[in-house]
Amino acid sequence: MPSFDVLVITAHPQMEQSRINRRLMHAARKPPADRPSGVLVRDLYSLYPDYLIDVAEEQALLLQAKLIVWQHPIQWYSMPPLMKLWVDEVLAFGWAYGPGGTALRGKDLWLVATTGGPQDSYHPDSYNRYFFDAFLPPYEQTATLCGMRFLPPLLLHGAHKADEAEVNAHLEVYLQRLHSYPHWPELDELLYKLPGPVPEDARPEEDEVA
Amino acid sequence: MEHGSWLSGLLVYLAAAVLAVPLAKYLGLGSIIGYLAGGILIGPWGLKLVTNPQDILHFSEFGVVLMLFLVGLELEPRRLWSLRKPIFGWGSVQLFGSAALLCGLAVLAGLDWRIALVAALGLAMSSTAIGLGVLNERSLMPTTSGQSVLSVALLQDVAAIPILALLPLLATAHEKADGNGWLSAAKALGVIAAIVLGGRLLIRPALRWIANSRTPEIFTAASLLLVVATAALMQTVGLSMALGAFLAGVLLAESEYRRELETDIEPFKGLLLGLFFIAVGMSIDFAVVLAKPLLIAGVVIGFLLVKAAVLWGMGRAMPLPKPERPVFIILLAQGGEFGFVVFQTAAQAGVIDAPVSSLLVAAVAISMLVTPLLLVAADKWLIPLFAGQTRSQLDEISEPQNQPVIIAGFGRYGQVVGRMLYANGIHPTVLDTDADQIEAMRRFGWRVFYGDATRLDLMRTAGAASAKVLVLAIDDVAQSVATAKMVRENFPDLTIVARARNVQHAFDLLELGVTLFERETMDSALMSARTVLEQLGWERHQARTLALRFRRHNVEMLLKMAPHRKDADKLLAAAKQGRQQLEEQFAQEREEAAKRQLRGGWTDADDTRGTPPA
Repeated sequence: MPSFDVLVITAHPQMEQSRINRRLMHAARKPPADRPSGVLVRDLYSLYPDYLIDVAEEQALLLQAKLIVWQHPIQWYSMPPLMKLWVDEVLAFGWAYGPGGTALRGKDLWLVATTGGPQDSYHPDSYNRYFFDAFLPPYEQTATLCGMRFLPPLLLHGAHKADEAEVNAHLEVYLQRLHSYPHWPELDELLYKLPGPVPEDARPEEDEVA
Repeated sequence: MEHGSWLSGLLVYLAAAVLAVPLAKYLGLGSIIGYLAGGILIGPWGLKLVTNPQDILHFSEFGVVLMLFLVGLELEPRRLWSLRKPIFGWGSVQLFGSAALLCGLAVLAGLDWRIALVAALGLAMSSTAIGLGVLNERSLMPTTSGQSVLSVALLQDVAAIPILALLPLLATAHEKADGNGWLSAAKALGVIAAIVLGGRLLIRPALRWIANSRTPEIFTAASLLLVVATAALMQTVGLSMALGAFLAGVLLAESEYRRELETDIEPFKGLLLGLFFIAVGMSIDFAVVLAKPLLIAGVVIGFLLVKAAVLWGMGRAMPLPKPERPVFIILLAQGGEFGFVVFQTAAQAGVIDAPVSSLLVAAVAISMLVTPLLLVAADKWLIPLFAGQTRSQLDEISEPQNQPVIIAGFGRYGQVVGRMLYANGIHPTVLDTDADQIEAMRRFGWRVFYGDATRLDLMRTAGAASAKVLVLAIDDVAQSVATAKMVRENFPDLTIVARARNVQHAFDLLELGVTLFERETMDSALMSARTVLEQLGWERHQARTLALRFRRHNVEMLLKMAPHRKDADKLLAAAKQGRQQLEEQFAQEREEAAKRQLRGGWTDADDTRGTPPA
């Protein structure tokens, strides 16, 4: 197995049309100039074009990672469908959460996302109606339920119209962060929240009224 | 050479070729010089192993006929039509311009005008054999200069007919030719019409019928027969054999058997042309050369310079790309085999006497000998002046078949692949060996070539050297494996995407390093299995997931078993173990699902790996 402590899970259903996520992905794959790369990039749509996720393989890789990066475009205020399937199947009950589900405890989760709408569209006066933060709780709670820290997301709004300078600046921040982990200035201030206990019978199929 | 000892004759020719050609190539001189030198060596002025070069020359002229057939195959009628201007325009400028200049100079030098005219016409001809041979050797055929050389050569072929017919008229001492010129003209037109109609209507079905017999050597025989018959037909009415073969080639250029014909005729053409060059080497009369070395040198240099001047002007006026001009000039400045014929005919008709004729023949032969040397010199000193721009330019246009995908085998499997590719704007080069299949596909508008993909030469023509992917969809396992082997050895950069008939076939392919294969019934059978599960009440999505997981497991097992393919026991054990693993895994998952159902009343046989939190 390759040696890494940063695992990038990237998903874009039309990677061939992507401007920014594609560049982020390729840039993350390149090792830094001065040392071997500690980053492993997994492009979900290229690994699983038939949506048949190899759960065992994905879990094994997650175990080895310290920082898990989710890099994808925001679509309908959420993640692309294969990414969601990955979360559903790989972050399994009894493995990632629930009784005995401690595999991801103490790891970090970092969201690196783009939105089509510009920043000012995420405002009560504009068509997206909410500040972007309003769409983050599902991510944050997923991390917390698995015992992970949810690091401050790196966002690029208005991705379709971002000019070259803007994209380059974004790319630079992204790479700088990837390769300097875990030495981020704000990291020490972020505390791990212990997930509340998930009862044994929390699974929906054990609910009488599912 | 003793009569009847054809075996020793064969021995001498083959040995001369086999020794001289590689040696010449090794020295960087090209194969044509090798043949010519071999000819001089075994000829009357060398080791005297062969004394009657004229017979061989006549026989081997058939190599030129075959070559023009092949040239015709590359030229579709539409493209030939578009060449009509260069052929009749530039071709006439070359032939008649050179002839007029040469004739004028000769008359000025004090020669009788009749001798001057014959010599000028003969010397103005260029060697089609060397010209096209060199173009082929250097794959310059599709370039502008290549097409120009071809155009001029074609006009010379056409013009040779009236020239040869009119020569006897120059001989005032002789009675004129028979007066039934109209009859022979009608005959000639009739034959050409017969070739055109026959080529269009009869030859294709005939070839299909022959290909259906599935005897490759008979197809080869048929290809040769076709050329020989056309040539014979043309000769009976006094037309150029080469011209007839060229015509037949053009008519078959659009047929699906083009590539097969090409690869079948190619080796014969090569050998006969070689023999032709050997014969030219042998026929240089060194007695004449040695008697008047200065005169011969003067004639050779003189006519080369005059023709080169005309060609230089043409190259500028056309205009030809600068780096291509030296080759164009050198190839057309030399004398040619038609010159031999012109001088011989003129000598027979009494227009010129024997010493003049042999002097001129020697001059032409020497110019043919000098041409390859001039080319080598041009390569060394002239072309580098234009270097840089030349190579890349030539490389791009010298590849006529450059589709990114080749499909070998266009049956049920290959067709689906082909249709999907076409739907996405990719136009593969398609090969198949089933004549009926090709015919059927052509009716649907597919461009399918007839050809055996196991053959290296044919795959090369199909563009295997430049293509990215070969779709190996041949249904015959042995043929498929043979093709894969040949391609892996000769075109290591060509990715093979293969159809495997069964597991053993898949193992064969794997052994050759072909990893991108699909077993042809696997996916359709799995679809049926899915349908069965659905009919038994499984959820459709679950049936799909199970089928995909089954498939993944199955492929993994196949790869695991591949190294043990020779060991039947191990293979069996591995297969059993693999099946057991999967059955146990699925059984366990079903059990867990059932338990959950019992405990929780969850009504669906749900996704077995757990449901997300909600």
